[in-house]
Amino acid sequence: MRAAAGSGATPMLEAQDIARHFDVSKPVLQRLIAREGRRTLRAVDGLSFDIPKGTTLSLVGESGCGKSTVARLVVGLYGTTRGTVLFDGQDLSQARADSTQRSRMQMIFQDPYASLNPRWRVVDIVAEPIRAFGLLKDRKAILARVGELLTQVGLSPLDGQKYPHEFSGGQRQRISIARALSSNPEFLVCDEPTSALDVSVQAQILNLMKELQQRLGLTYLFISHNLAVVRQVSDRIGVMYLGKLVELAPAESLFERPRHPYTRALMEAIPDLEMTGRQRIPVGGEVPSPISPPPGCTFHPRCPLANARCRVEVPVMKPALDAMVACHAVEEGRG
Amino acid sequence: MSLLQVKNLRVEFPTRRGTLVALDDVSFEIAPGEVLGVVGESGAGKSMTGAAIIGLLEPPGRIASGQVLLEGRRIDNLPYEKMRRIRGREIGAIFQDPLTTLNPLYTIGRQLVETITTHLPVGPGEAREKAIGWLELVGIPAARERIDSYPHEFSGGMRQRVVIALALCAEPKLIVADEPTTALDVSIQAQVIAMLKTLAREKGTAMMLVTHDMGVIAETADRVAVMYAGRISEIGPVRELVRHARHPYSQGLMGSIPPLDRRVERLTQIDGAMPRLSAIPRGCAFNPRCPKVFDRCLVERPELLDAGTTRASCWLYAEGGAA
Repeated sequence: MRAAAGSGATPMLEAQDIARHFDVSKPVLQRLIAREGRRTLRAVDGLSFDIPKGTTLSLVGESGCGKSTVARLVVGLYGTTRGTVLFDGQDLSQARADSTQRSRMQMIFQDPYASLNPRWRVVDIVAEPIRAFGLLKDRKAILARVGELLTQVGLSPLDGQKYPHEFSGGQRQRISIARALSSNPEFLVCDEPTSALDVSVQAQILNLMKELQQRLGLTYLFISHNLAVVRQVSDRIGVMYLGKLVELAPAESLFERPRHPYTRALMEAIPDLEMTGRQRIPVGGEVPSPISPPPGCTFHPRCPLANARCRVEVPVMKPALDAMVACHAVEEGRG
Repeated sequence: MSLLQVKNLRVEFPTRRGTLVALDDVSFEIAPGEVLGVVGESGAGKSMTGAAIIGLLEPPGRIASGQVLLEGRRIDNLPYEKMRRIRGREIGAIFQDPLTTLNPLYTIGRQLVETITTHLPVGPGEAREKAIGWLELVGIPAARERIDSYPHEFSGGMRQRVVIALALCAEPKLIVADEPTTALDVSIQAQVIAMLKTLAREKGTAMMLVTHDMGVIAETADRVAVMYAGRISEIGPVRELVRHARHPYSQGLMGSIPPLDRRVERLTQIDGAMPRLSAIPRGCAFNPRCPKVFDRCLVERPELLDAGTTRASCWLYAEGGAA
């Protein structure tokens, strides 16, 4: 896939050193009284990646690592503090201004209970992007298209007349997917699309998403905290920690040879069916606050390989065979 | 003798449109020091079973029939005050959300000391020392300094440790843990599970661990009960259930878990969804989704039957069944 990108094909999405900071200062008066400065939360702090067309890039990490912020940045729901996002070679802010370009990207959200308007019938929910982009004008044509979309995600065209509350969580997520597909997008950003679902329903949705990708040639940015899920859907995987990518590698390579100590710790921590009765070695400590991250490598307080250099110097992403890793220990061969 | 026996438990919710049966004929036992995992999809009745055992069913839910016995004594029909004393002293409860379990207005020390002095014959000074000991045991760094902190001063993982210390500090014989690690990140989850497991083993505490995460069960539990539509569909040793589930529902459930060690092109999926309580089908509740359904499943409800190393409520394992 890297080769394909290098051979001149424009990636679907390219992020160049993107960052998003949030001002989380107290109100002015309180700040003056307490003599405090402004406080900035660096939710995303310098991320670069690209997603070749027709492939899936997944971002994984624990809560607060900034993965959902990235999802919102690449579809333009947040503006970047720094860096650029290129959508099919075009700057995202320009692409967002053009409704044809905008209709090529869609998003699926985590909570199928909150992302569907409870007062709208399913047919109107699914038809909203069609109407908003003016893709079809004729009422009958819109209805037919909605029926087709509902069938595509495994629902019945008759379900269009129902309201969201009449559906289970898995069915609602199917409705979200039908809505996302209604503007014929090429790029879908999926922010934890299955984490609110039961495992048997999750399997249905993951199978459906893979089928749709093959059938429609979709490109996915998949955000998840679940490494096992990510392994099933990804071509490449980026591991995030405190607003930065620590490792970016082809999916199989990441699981066969995790390089960054954090990636290894994450994999070690996952309870797996095959580990019945096995004693695990948990990662010590917790994710530090992103408002006052530790100096140097932000993982150093929890890292078994940390040394003096890690405490002062911020590691940058460097190639390590087929992967990119931001770790002094890996670079020096201490890993 | 078993520490906890649940016999033919039936929980009903009277509603305007008729009575909903949330739990139907649920029976199982837990031995001292044993961890029983309870799994199933949301709405299968796992949390309801836990709530019924500790006497905290949300009204109008009520135990319609059946018994819950702790060390051979019935506890399902006790008056509120008596049950309250058993909760805490003999049964500890851990819930999913550590924020709602702790009182935000009191320091964690005060909450721990109160629990200890209520249930154990010790004075406040000794109780405080015990509380510090528990906090150290559950892995709170600098417990002596942090005991006078308020819940909001702790992170989510630390708070859940405090909740666990609170459930354990009266040294109960049984712990009912409802999704104790679901609100936690995976690296913290690993720490908490490892700790729970060690404590259960060292103190000989029995545990009922309710969760939807099979990975957690596989690592922690000795036996597993799989629930579906308010009933136990299969119960047996954890290894057997994970590797050789007998009930078609358990088989589907295990198959739908994405494996971490390999990529599969298509995950096993159980088509359809679990029925609502108001529309549980006749016969076996799983029959509309079951790939192995036959005549008898449509009319008659299966009991838990011997299925080799596990027990499954499935007609495939009846004498003269289709198997």
